[in-house]
Amino acid sequence: MPLALAETRNLAHDEAQDFVWTLNFGPQHPATHTTLRIVLKLDGERVIDAMPDIGYLHSGFEKIGEHLDYNQYVTVTDRMNYISPLANNIAWHGAVEKLLGIDITPRCKYARVILAELARISDHLVCNGAMGLDTGAFTFFLYAFNQREVLYDIFETLCGARFTNSYTRVGGASHDFTPLVIEKIRAFLKNFPKTLDDMDRLLKRNRIFHDRTKGVGLLTREEATNRSCTGPVARASGVTRDLRKDEPYLAYADFDFQVPCMKTGDCFARYWVRMAEIRESLKIVQQALENLPAGPINVGIDERTTLPDKRQVYQTIEGTISHFELTMANRGFTVPVEESYAAVEAPNGELGFYLVGDGSDRAYRARCRPPSFIHFAVFPHLIRGHTLSDVVAVLGSLNIIAAELDR
Amino acid sequence: MSDIVSTLQQRFAGVTSSEFRGQTRVVVSKSDAFAALQLLRATGGFDLLVDITCVDYLNYRDAPNRFGLVYLLANTATNERLTLRVFLGEEDLTIPSVVSIWKGADWLEREVYDMFGVELTNHGDLRRILLPEEFTAHPLRKDYPMQGRGERHNFPVLARDRA
Repeated sequence: MPLALAETRNLAHDEAQDFVWTLNFGPQHPATHTTLRIVLKLDGERVIDAMPDIGYLHSGFEKIGEHLDYNQYVTVTDRMNYISPLANNIAWHGAVEKLLGIDITPRCKYARVILAELARISDHLVCNGAMGLDTGAFTFFLYAFNQREVLYDIFETLCGARFTNSYTRVGGASHDFTPLVIEKIRAFLKNFPKTLDDMDRLLKRNRIFHDRTKGVGLLTREEATNRSCTGPVARASGVTRDLRKDEPYLAYADFDFQVPCMKTGDCFARYWVRMAEIRESLKIVQQALENLPAGPINVGIDERTTLPDKRQVYQTIEGTISHFELTMANRGFTVPVEESYAAVEAPNGELGFYLVGDGSDRAYRARCRPPSFIHFAVFPHLIRGHTLSDVVAVLGSLNIIAAELDR
Repeated sequence: MSDIVSTLQQRFAGVTSSEFRGQTRVVVSKSDAFAALQLLRATGGFDLLVDITCVDYLNYRDAPNRFGLVYLLANTATNERLTLRVFLGEEDLTIPSVVSIWKGADWLEREVYDMFGVELTNHGDLRRILLPEEFTAHPLRKDYPMQGRGERHNFPVLARDRA
């Protein structure tokens, strides 16, 4: 095993390090996808140590969270993990609603489930597609991105934005599902499995892909938990934890789905878990779409928690009053002087927000638990002893999104 | 859940527990924090450190102290969660690091140091993580302005014609 080889070598003395050279990987490199920098210590082509240097994209999201109100901040969450912004929106407003003690409508729960799962599919397609691209499977990448475009079309039909959706609102959503959206999701559910099978066949028995990913970046089950890994990274190592099953939030308790796991904990396992999760997500979307409850998507305007839609604002007195109450300074929500943490199973792992309310309409502290940040901390452990070309495979399999990493 | 809280209360003096929206929170004194976390890991079965974060209670109503460190723990076998909070005064911003208990604490504690200036002793590699090394302030403190203190404004600008 190469892993043991490098770790047993004694590098304590300077003369013993004569053969070591340093490579600066990034911050601008096509395989890092965004701006992240790794300083690699190499012995020939073998990586002895990796020192991640992050913060190039730090934009103070948590500081901004203390200055924007609970509805405004959703636009910033879009920009965290920007390849599945809907999952961030849902996580943020899930946390806000928990702090405020708002129970959302059944239709909204189902709508959020459908969109969270579509976001998961989109995230996994990008992650696996980019990982395929980095390991030389260009066709796979094109198939994945082509299908992602279909998903973006659905999001655009739903809320007008392809990328930065800002879909959720406190106690509801900005737009309700229209028949056209439902029709487009149905079409996606019908057409996508065939493409997914094609994609699966491209890499399932691909010799090059197997050689590049199997046995690379091993993470044991104990290490995964000890290093705070969650989501597909942990499940590829045999951890069965999935918040959708273990702490069913929204309407996940209503659906029949499996939690795919692998025991090997290498890059291929992480790829495989993501591919299997796409299929489970399709099952959830199918069930949720066919059982989508009727009724309003927002909490009733009488409760003065959700921004009423424009038609209500202009045509009813209740809507006008409610809008006024919520948007004027010194009005707005009744926020407890309390702290709470709520998490969702985002495509990348546990995405949670620790919110401190101080009675005003802005969070006193809006801490985000970013899965990318925690997974990137594991990277030096995974890469030690492997070759330089494995760096991109491991990076791809961890799905590091620098915007979420640095926030 | 309640037995681990009562164990904590028996072992350490002054442990208070509260509940909010189904979440159990305990407040432990600073001197007991490390031992309490060790106990939770060893006998409480809290093997997953979900997050470490900090809150600056400068302008907060009824806050017991300036800073509050928050440890979010989870038990992967029983799916229990526990929030452990430790309050730190401005006069002594040091607390033992928990990297020896959970390796996942490494970067989380570096971020707490970077953003709040809380010194984690025995961490081993306590450097700034998100901000540049030469940065002097701790920007998530409440007395640090949103616009910054001129770090960006005073940045040397290289004009195109002189590049």
